[in-house]
Amino acid sequence: MNVGAACSSGGTNGIEQDPHVLAVDDNVVDRKLVEKLFKNSSCRVTTAENGMRALEYLGLGGDRQSCSSCQASDICPSHGLKVNLVLTDYCMPGMTGYELLKKIKESSHMKEVPVVIMSSENISARINKCLEEGAQMFIQKPLKLSDVKKLRCQVMQRRS
Amino acid sequence: MDGGVGLLQRQLVDYRASLFNEGILNEQFNQLQSLQDESNPDFVVEVVSLFFEDSVRLLNELAKSLDQRNVDFKKVDAHVHQLKGSSSSIGAQRVQNACIAFRSCCEEKNVEGCLKCLQQVTKEYYLVKNKLEILLKLEQQILAAGGSIPVQSEVI
Repeated sequence: MNVGAACSSGGTNGIEQDPHVLAVDDNVVDRKLVEKLFKNSSCRVTTAENGMRALEYLGLGGDRQSCSSCQASDICPSHGLKVNLVLTDYCMPGMTGYELLKKIKESSHMKEVPVVIMSSENISARINKCLEEGAQMFIQKPLKLSDVKKLRCQVMQRRS
Repeated sequence: MDGGVGLLQRQLVDYRASLFNEGILNEQFNQLQSLQDESNPDFVVEVVSLFFEDSVRLLNELAKSLDQRNVDFKKVDAHVHQLKGSSSSIGAQRVQNACIAFRSCCEEKNVEGCLKCLQQVTKEYYLVKNKLEILLKLEQQILAAGGSIPVQSEVI
């Protein structure tokens, strides 16, 4: 992957593939933590350091929206591998997690993907704004293993 | 030859407990510890090293930003927010607390106050760095001797 995203797998050998999570956070320590939390919960993880990189990874960046392969299927061979969950930090420079959420929900082929927002600050106006825009959930940082296990459950339930 | 490992393990348990009691580390550090496994036996060391590198970078940026004629408080606040985030994620409670106080000074656009806060955050950072290095060294000694790292029981 050459979009400033790092990919790692920690899956099991089940018939159904482990969920694939895209985690977006500008903080290097938090990216490392989130990656391990999901790997330990049998999820494949890709991390991105900002909203732009995340959109590129999802096949929503710039002029890629005109890609017919992207529009034709969930798994575009050129860009945007199937992602089962997007987990994003709220406070990021450039594009906030909220703005990223909006862009995902506005897209035709990614709008069904659950987006979860994380933040260290528990501001109800912020939480409501995100939920209204279609965020699946709002999680308070720092992230714990129990948060991630809960998320994985929810994602797996949606698939069945 | 359990005597050696057993002693090291007891030292670790006591030392770790003291860090929790002094409020230097909190429960989030236990989260990190519990994520470490055979597939990634250096996880805690890796995360903590990232924290050290990132913190030094941020502390330098903060010193630079506060040294300007016209201090950009938004920029200062952004750096403090980062440091607050990473210290919170590894359980460095006192660094996190110092960052919270720092953000108040940013809000007030108080340069003097910010400089004092920077001093305090820096002090807390070097304290936790020192303590974590000792703790992690003990852990590595235990692992090298073939022992396992004792799990932290509930902090009363």
